[in-house]
Amino acid sequence: MKPDVTSDLTIDPKLDAKIPAGPLAEKWDRHRFDIKLVNPANKKKFEIIVVGTGLAGASAAASLAELGYPVKNFCIQDSPRRAHSIAAQGGINAAKNYANDGDSIRRLFYDTVKGGDFRAREANVYRLAQLSNHIIDHCVSQGIPFARDYGGFLDNRSFGGAQVSRTFYAKGQTGQQLLLGAYGALMRQVAGGMVTLFQRREMMELVVEDGRARGIVTRNLITGEMETHTAHAVVLATGGYGNVFYLSTNAMASNVTAAFRAYKSGAYFANPCFTQIHPTCIPVHGTFQSKLTLMSESLRNDGRVWVPKKPGDNRKPKDIPESERDYYLEAKYPSFGNLVPRDVASRNAKDQCDMDKGVGETRLAVYLDFADAIKRHGEGAIAGKYGNLFQMYEKITGENPYQTPMMIYPAVHYTMGGLWVDYNLMSTIPGLFVLGEANFSDHGANRLGASALMQGLADGYFVIPYTIGGYLAGASFGKTHTGSEAFKTAVNVAEQRVQKLMQVNGRRTVADFHRTLGGILWDHCGMARNEEGLTKAKGMVANLRKEFWEDVYVPGNAADFNQSLENAGRVADFLEFGELMIDDALARRESCGCHFNTAFQTEDNEALRDDENFCHVAAWEYAGDERSPLFHKEPLTFENVALTQRSYK
Amino acid sequence: MTAKTINLTLKVWRQGRGEPIGRLETCRAENISKDMSFLEMIDVVNEQLTKDHQEPIAFDHDCREGICGMCGAVVNGRPHGHERETTLCQLHMRHFSDGDTIVIEPWRARAFPVIKDLVVDRSALDQIIQAGGYISVNTGGAPDANSLPIPKDTADAAFVPAACIGCGACVAACPNASAMLFVGAKVSQLSLLPQGRPEAAKRVSSMVRKMDELGFGNCSNETECEAECPKGISIIQIARMNREFFKARFS
Repeated sequence: MKPDVTSDLTIDPKLDAKIPAGPLAEKWDRHRFDIKLVNPANKKKFEIIVVGTGLAGASAAASLAELGYPVKNFCIQDSPRRAHSIAAQGGINAAKNYANDGDSIRRLFYDTVKGGDFRAREANVYRLAQLSNHIIDHCVSQGIPFARDYGGFLDNRSFGGAQVSRTFYAKGQTGQQLLLGAYGALMRQVAGGMVTLFQRREMMELVVEDGRARGIVTRNLITGEMETHTAHAVVLATGGYGNVFYLSTNAMASNVTAAFRAYKSGAYFANPCFTQIHPTCIPVHGTFQSKLTLMSESLRNDGRVWVPKKPGDNRKPKDIPESERDYYLEAKYPSFGNLVPRDVASRNAKDQCDMDKGVGETRLAVYLDFADAIKRHGEGAIAGKYGNLFQMYEKITGENPYQTPMMIYPAVHYTMGGLWVDYNLMSTIPGLFVLGEANFSDHGANRLGASALMQGLADGYFVIPYTIGGYLAGASFGKTHTGSEAFKTAVNVAEQRVQKLMQVNGRRTVADFHRTLGGILWDHCGMARNEEGLTKAKGMVANLRKEFWEDVYVPGNAADFNQSLENAGRVADFLEFGELMIDDALARRESCGCHFNTAFQTEDNEALRDDENFCHVAAWEYAGDERSPLFHKEPLTFENVALTQRSYK
Repeated sequence: MTAKTINLTLKVWRQGRGEPIGRLETCRAENISKDMSFLEMIDVVNEQLTKDHQEPIAFDHDCREGICGMCGAVVNGRPHGHERETTLCQLHMRHFSDGDTIVIEPWRARAFPVIKDLVVDRSALDQIIQAGGYISVNTGGAPDANSLPIPKDTADAAFVPAACIGCGACVAACPNASAMLFVGAKVSQLSLLPQGRPEAAKRVSSMVRKMDELGFGNCSNETECEAECPKGISIIQIARMNREFFKARFS
């Protein structure tokens, strides 16, 4: 049965976003004043679990420890420094207006809300824009080597969806440098005894007791043992679920498991169908391929996107004269040109390839050409800006982008959807907070470039340290211990799932199922969707899940370092989560940002929103394995911006 | 036109968890596309091992784009293989020939005990950073970012060692299993920047002491670390650390 998503009966009182009253620019200030404080001497009595050590997790763990809270911090890798934030290339936005080009907090706010196609909360986004400037200040004080100009001041560059230059960067390794800054702060707190670090641990279950999040069950990935940890609050900063598509730009271990376990424990999952497909990635080249590699969007500052005008043109790029090239983004969007937002750039690349104007061996690629920029600025200047990216491209493809245009194609990159949180970043489970990519809060239906680093660090350094105090000071906690019924049940559930995976003893490998699932979702729940395809995909995913539990083979044993078993658990969750994505895509009968339903488009083939019926956050509640998830909605109200048809022409 | 696929013989270090010593075992890697990365080649081998109901080869990896520092193995005697400035995940099979035999071993160092097969425990590197590889600043009161101009040359020079990915190849390459390049990189980055100066003396002393405690060897200027560093970090950073170390001693 389909949920009636337009009725107001679906509005759930649990979905109170707790947006502070008052004018937009004063909300955060007022809220900080209204939040209850925890007496400094009492902070040591409140234990906090932080799962994840990326930008959001590491910054949260370090900042909370600085305040005096004892923190337990968990990561799946061998070291917190490996978290996938490390791979972010291009930069981090802030409304500093150092370029004197008309930027302001309000403009960053507006660009982000518009870029998200008006499907994010105004108050959250405004706060994000306000905090953006503090992030840059703090990161410089940590010794992050941002790019500078000859006067010694910080340099900026432009990113998609903005007409000002507000992106701070450290060559093509901004994420690495920011993460190592947060990691340094975290290591300082480990040395000081305020943070206890648990590496090579995977969160298997969230423990909810008396309606509050009180701990987690983790699997020690070296020994296979289940371990239990209590706390007064649990913070998830476990990243996005892009790997549900099998091929994505995410790291191999990125997964939905922690968030999905929280969903199954009662946290609502918001907008799961909002997946960002990034326009500039190295194209797919074979079935053995394990992941896709992003080429930073900053390349679109100097690179020009084109395809041959004639469909099926097989000539080498250098043999195609200027007059027979179609610089389609520049032609179609004269004011933003190659710097249109990611969803628009991706969809246009797909359209060109659908018209058989794609290039390269697979014909699923477009050119990104630096010839003009090299002619204008010289090879040295281009190498200075993008050297490491060009080198990476050459390593992977064996082609030299200084001499021949890069070939790029869209790939799954980021997930705007995530666990639903209120203004305090708390989920529908009291005491469970969700930060960074793992929550849904700030990017609406499309994230602008250089905004993920901003959000992760804003959440971790500057939001959670305040809002968690408000929760802890206002709650009364019963005693809990790892031997309680709730913990025993959670351990039992986790152990049984592992046993079940080991016992199937079928014939197909985990990777085989994962690849198949990814293919279904890419074809039917990717850059373009429609009801027919989604309905078909829903059945296919359900069948695949059934086959998985009958025919998967997991080698080795459970009480050991067993990477096949780790993957099997993650893929099992992806197989359930994939269906939730499809349900969400089916329910949102409009197009917005990344969610392009072919039945809803403008005459120019742009996304056509339906603000009357779909100006809301879709939040899904788990209702049991045999039942469809329950739909709830949080209406979005816009008091400070006018909802317009997004135009980048 | 050369063939697009190659066949290889692998001699891979296999060591179960808790086993004091492992052994090289031979297996075949068939129909390997030259466009694959080295890790994708291991994926293919592992798929086959799994189908044959044998245990796949355990190996660390994550981002597969050369930045997380999680992957790494000694390939034919060289950490991350023979290509310069390349992590194992960015080493492509087009650099190998049909019929090659490839020997794959874990990082070998007293401070990096083997967990299983090619997976080692590198938490010693985290412990070195805990000894002072940061600037002690709490979240909150930082001044405006542009209130402290830093000459471009200085900022660029600090960026070079900051590119370290903490993979541990320098330790694996060194005959003494020294972590001097790793420590030198962090010490250099922070001592070059004005923000890092207040703690410079304390930092270098504490990090070097910790490195010694953890069982890493000393530097005897073999420069193997520089040759194998996937990020091209030079022993200049070790020299700068040594200068900082002496300054700290005599000040």
